[in-house]
Amino acid sequence: MTAWHDSALVALIAGVLGLLIVASFIGWSLSRLTLSESGRATVNNINARIRAWWVMAIVFVIAVATGGVGSILLFAVLSFLALREFVTLAPTSRADHRALFWCFFIVTPLQYYLVWTGWYDLFVKLIPVYVSIFLAVRVVLAGDTGRFLERVATMQWGLMICVYFVSYVPALLTLHIPSYAHQNARLVFFLVAVVQLSDVLQYVWGKSLGKHRIAPAISPNKTWEGFLGGVLSATAIGTAIWWATPFTPLQAALMAFVVTLMGFSGGLIMSAIKRDRRVKDFGALIEGHGGILDRIDSLCFAAPVFFHLTRYFFAAG
Amino acid sequence: MMSAALAVASRLVCGANVEWRCPSRSAGQRIYFANHASHLDFIVIWAALPSDRRGLARPVAGQDYWERGPVRWYFSRRVFNAVLIERNTAGTQDVAAAARRSIQRMSDEMGARHSLIVFPEGTRSVTGEIASFKSGLYHLARLRPDAELVPVHLENLNRILPKGESLPVPMLSRLVFGAPLAVVETESKEEFLTRARVALMQLGAVS
Repeated sequence: MTAWHDSALVALIAGVLGLLIVASFIGWSLSRLTLSESGRATVNNINARIRAWWVMAIVFVIAVATGGVGSILLFAVLSFLALREFVTLAPTSRADHRALFWCFFIVTPLQYYLVWTGWYDLFVKLIPVYVSIFLAVRVVLAGDTGRFLERVATMQWGLMICVYFVSYVPALLTLHIPSYAHQNARLVFFLVAVVQLSDVLQYVWGKSLGKHRIAPAISPNKTWEGFLGGVLSATAIGTAIWWATPFTPLQAALMAFVVTLMGFSGGLIMSAIKRDRRVKDFGALIEGHGGILDRIDSLCFAAPVFFHLTRYFFAAG
Repeated sequence: MMSAALAVASRLVCGANVEWRCPSRSAGQRIYFANHASHLDFIVIWAALPSDRRGLARPVAGQDYWERGPVRWYFSRRVFNAVLIERNTAGTQDVAAAARRSIQRMSDEMGARHSLIVFPEGTRSVTGEIASFKSGLYHLARLRPDAELVPVHLENLNRILPKGESLPVPMLSRLVFGAPLAVVETESKEEFLTRARVALMQLGAVS
């Protein structure tokens, strides 16, 4: 339990705990004050979301606190569950069965094994290079040419989003940042907290002030007010916890800003997929939120960019 | 132990989203009948039942398949307590008599406590379409008028573990338990089988 010796990490965890307590209190007050029928439905949904946040926060804190193994295991499981949701909606054919088996039971564990060993060169190439070739070969050998390109491309995209991108989160632990040794767990915390708070704050700003739709054809609930309010306030929070990162306050602000923009784009992209497949959510695993992929969509697209920016500008070797 | 682990594994691979349109517990015995596309069908239904009812629900399965090899034998006998019946294979001298014996066995094995899980199409579908029902369901229902006939619609299992594959691909599946049916005195065997099949198919219609 290395985390408890890291006072900055303990402070961050205490902050999350405080936020959840405040949120639960507000949710409880709302449920006592709201009387109208439609208002009740919204408040019940908010309270379900807050309850689910408690569970997610506790799981995340345990994973981060147990160091590398816990984080790698958590994100490996998230990848597995997200890929399961993605493949359910994918237009696969009977001939893709063996290739899909490889995706779940060989490629996913291998990618996280590479995170564990810190083998960076193969970690970045495995899925985009070797697996993309292998999958196409495996599918073509199965002999079904119907919608071949669509099937192979969808499978590859599923692996990229659900496995490759997600594995960048625990890969932050493998970066060697000068005078930041053994503190990388805080980077994981910074990324996940800023992205998820940005989602929550976009929802809060949108619900309270939202008027002008930002992408009506894709996601009718997203508004300019929610987007600007969420991005700016999450960036402010990211800046305020600069002391836990290897960044200066200005660098932390820029990082948080980029990460929230990536997160917003990720949310839009995944909404477009859902709209095309005519579903509201990818799954129903998390009460009030939908599936795993509905919760981590923004993280998927923020993690690789955050990792590479940090690695390029701050890591040694 | 084994059954709890299996229920978790089933949820991990099939992520079943379960909808009950009838009470999940009943005082009496039940005959669950479902569409059949995969070897996992029975396990998914069984895992969706309340944990105190799982031990009482027994699958009806083909003896020729489930007695081949020690692993299948162990699962069918020890874990699932399956009712294994002879399937009508070509060359059997008296098909009708064998079928009658099988139905009688199912009814006997239900005894006073057990429920059954049956697949009235008789075999796994390759396309995901629901084939016409064999008459066994009708005869069993006549023998056991006390039992509720509960239709169970399974979705996506044909993609998770299709016929001919031995390793599953994890996906989300959906199970709907429908309102119980009973044989009406005035209806013929064919009318009942059609009605039961339509009831099952309607559970799969997108609402």
